[in-house]
Amino acid sequence: MDMSQYLEIFIEETKEHLQGLNQSLLQLETNPEDASMLNEIFRVAHTLKGMSGTMGFSKMAKLTHDMENVLHALRNNELKVCTKLVDVLFKCLDALENYLDSIVNTGTEGNNEYTEIIQALNNIINKKHEAEEVPVAKPSAKPVPAVAEKEVHPTSDFSVNQYEQNVINKAKEVGMNALQITVVLNKGCLLKSARAFIIFQTLERYAEIIKSEPKVQDIEDERFDYEFTVVVISKESLDLFAKELNSIAEVDKVIIKPLESRAVENEAPVNVQQEKPVQAAVVTQHEESKTETEETPSAKAASTQKPKTGKTVRVDIDRLDVLMNLVGELIITKTRLEGTDIISNPQEYNETVEYLERITTSLNDAVMKVRMVPVETVFNRFPRMIRDISRDLGKEIILKMSGEETELDRTVIDEIGDPLIHLLRNSVDHGIESLEKRRELGKPEAGHINLRAYQSGNNVIIEVEDDGQGINTERVKKKAIERGLINKDVANSLSQQDIIEFLFKPSFSTADKITDLSGRGVGLDVVKTKIESLGGRVEVETELGKGSRFVIRLPLTLAIYQALLVLVGKEKYAIPLSSINQIINISPDEIKMVQKQEVILLRNTVVPIVRLANVLDVPREDKVQKQLTIVIVRKGEKLSGFMVDSVIGQQEIVIKSLGKLLTGIKSIAGATILGDGNVALIVDVNSLV
Amino acid sequence: MENVISSDIKQFIVFRLGNEEYGLDTLKITTIVRMMTITRVPKTPSFIKGVINLRGDIIPVMDLRKRFNLSESEETEDTRIIIIKIDEILIGVMVDAVVEVLHLTEESIENVTNFTNDLSMDYIFGVGKVDNRIVTLLNFEKLIKFSNNE
Repeated sequence: MDMSQYLEIFIEETKEHLQGLNQSLLQLETNPEDASMLNEIFRVAHTLKGMSGTMGFSKMAKLTHDMENVLHALRNNELKVCTKLVDVLFKCLDALENYLDSIVNTGTEGNNEYTEIIQALNNIINKKHEAEEVPVAKPSAKPVPAVAEKEVHPTSDFSVNQYEQNVINKAKEVGMNALQITVVLNKGCLLKSARAFIIFQTLERYAEIIKSEPKVQDIEDERFDYEFTVVVISKESLDLFAKELNSIAEVDKVIIKPLESRAVENEAPVNVQQEKPVQAAVVTQHEESKTETEETPSAKAASTQKPKTGKTVRVDIDRLDVLMNLVGELIITKTRLEGTDIISNPQEYNETVEYLERITTSLNDAVMKVRMVPVETVFNRFPRMIRDISRDLGKEIILKMSGEETELDRTVIDEIGDPLIHLLRNSVDHGIESLEKRRELGKPEAGHINLRAYQSGNNVIIEVEDDGQGINTERVKKKAIERGLINKDVANSLSQQDIIEFLFKPSFSTADKITDLSGRGVGLDVVKTKIESLGGRVEVETELGKGSRFVIRLPLTLAIYQALLVLVGKEKYAIPLSSINQIINISPDEIKMVQKQEVILLRNTVVPIVRLANVLDVPREDKVQKQLTIVIVRKGEKLSGFMVDSVIGQQEIVIKSLGKLLTGIKSIAGATILGDGNVALIVDVNSLV
Repeated sequence: MENVISSDIKQFIVFRLGNEEYGLDTLKITTIVRMMTITRVPKTPSFIKGVINLRGDIIPVMDLRKRFNLSESEETEDTRIIIIKIDEILIGVMVDAVVEVLHLTEESIENVTNFTNDLSMDYIFGVGKVDNRIVTLLNFEKLIKFSNNE
């Protein structure tokens, strides 16, 4: 059986299950009595066991199997949920994630068997009520076989009835062999019915099965111990079956006996066991280790055919239907256009073109929606992370998340994980004070961190807020002066916002210099760079002693946005509409000079002017203009005026990268293709303000 | 013979810059297009002419005359952009004209890197000789390595 085609599905589903498991475990920890949560975890573990077993990932299956045993004991109230136990379960989860990673990257589950985790699980089972003192990985403790042992009685109670004996006789007459085959499965076999199915399939390739004990239906339903017996009729010899069956994994023993033809009498059915086998029964024993290390054929096929899996997105079927509908419409419209004569029926032609326009817009939206993923996929891992860090640091922290259903483009989702981890760690590590300090200050002992996501216009906003000590701007200022980033006089005139900006300077992120700065700043420049590379912004609000809030603004999608096309010299440039505040016309004498910087006064605010023609090295055109067009753009709190020659209009643009060769060009964020097929460059507002 | 490079017959696209003929391994060439509107990109080396839209892909175009410090020439009917793909990077190269496809055997390719110290010789990996013609064979891996500060 070739499993490689299911590998991707397996990976996707396992990911989902593991994520669910993570959440359920966290909830179980906070609420140990929750039986429904326990059931949920049990269900997930069971599903994972089944899935990995079917896929031939036996180590993964073994681990989940042992997990299941513990969970079963929990369900039956033989064990109590305690932190140690949850810790072990979390370790299992980590191990399973490692297996999955390995499967994603190499197609095999790898060699790590996580014996210490399995041992810890078995110890829990052994100790049962003393679970509180689980000794993790005690070398002497022998792993207890998870399944109850039962003596194997090969070929017991096996008889052939009259009808079957008749068939055997007939077969013998035409020179075929009748064989009685008893297969004993390995006790570690997790999916007995699946294994039996494989055995049956193998047999059916060479023979016809005329009888099975227990009945096929029972075998399918796993209503049998570790052995079953079948009678087959085949042209092939006994040796072939012995060889074939022994090559199947998890088969312990195969006993094959030829059956003789005998007269059918009206007597009681003949007990075959009493018969002397003509040939010595072929008994083979699989070595335990062999079954463990040997890859099942399916896993082998998977590893050779598909060493790596591509990135996939799970898409809501409804969204696909919408897409399908639109494509259908598109085809119909195309046909309609073909049949329309422009000259004789211009109105119909125009209507069709208009309709086509509407479809392309909807199609665009639909495709974008397909690419959208809820931020939940990123947020999911945070509770666990906060739990781990806060326990390491001995702090008590309550993480509240909201807006997990907010959707972002897949490309953005993939990138925001790390910056958010940075910010959250910062909050836990440096923002939230220690327990004692909080008590002293009269704050509630548990620190609160709020992680919020919501949509605002064309942006998605993610906030990380803590009720910790906030940022001491005086110390940041002092540090900035010390480091020579700014002189003292200027520093004193800076606003709080300007001072906080220093935290995002790369030089502020070197670890040891930060410690006396309450730590804020560790990797913040990385966060800022990352978010800005995604076209977003980071802002900080802070109040000393009360906490701070990091606000990340991200564009809904990186691929398409509204832009204003402007003309600079003879060149066309696009400015993202999201950063444009307004467009004004001024006369040249309204421009004032302040310290060699051109500025204008806009409603009593001084706005610096950037001549785009200068910063973009546009070839000069000497002409005197009576009216100047200024596009006022905003970056955070800062305003700036871009001087352009004229405004062309608003347009939806598809952003394209300039390619590897032209990376790192300041002032240009990318390129886009205009309606006439020419390329226009996109102005990078962030770097020019 | 140490200075022989290839062992088989290789195909080269021969193009013209001024009066000189240059060759480029056909395996590296994606397509050849006629001159089209090039959008200038600021803050790039002078020999980067700009970017073009090739069926939805934005591709930078290098002016080979400027790269070799040759005199500038007018764009003509014959001006072509050769699109090359090296290590997953697509780049267009503007040339005066594309002449032909040339088959060269190993004997007719001579390694020249060791007989000059000229820096631009870095871009050349050999010279192909056919009859009386000499075709300079270019090493584009080196040609596209530059920093944006140049």
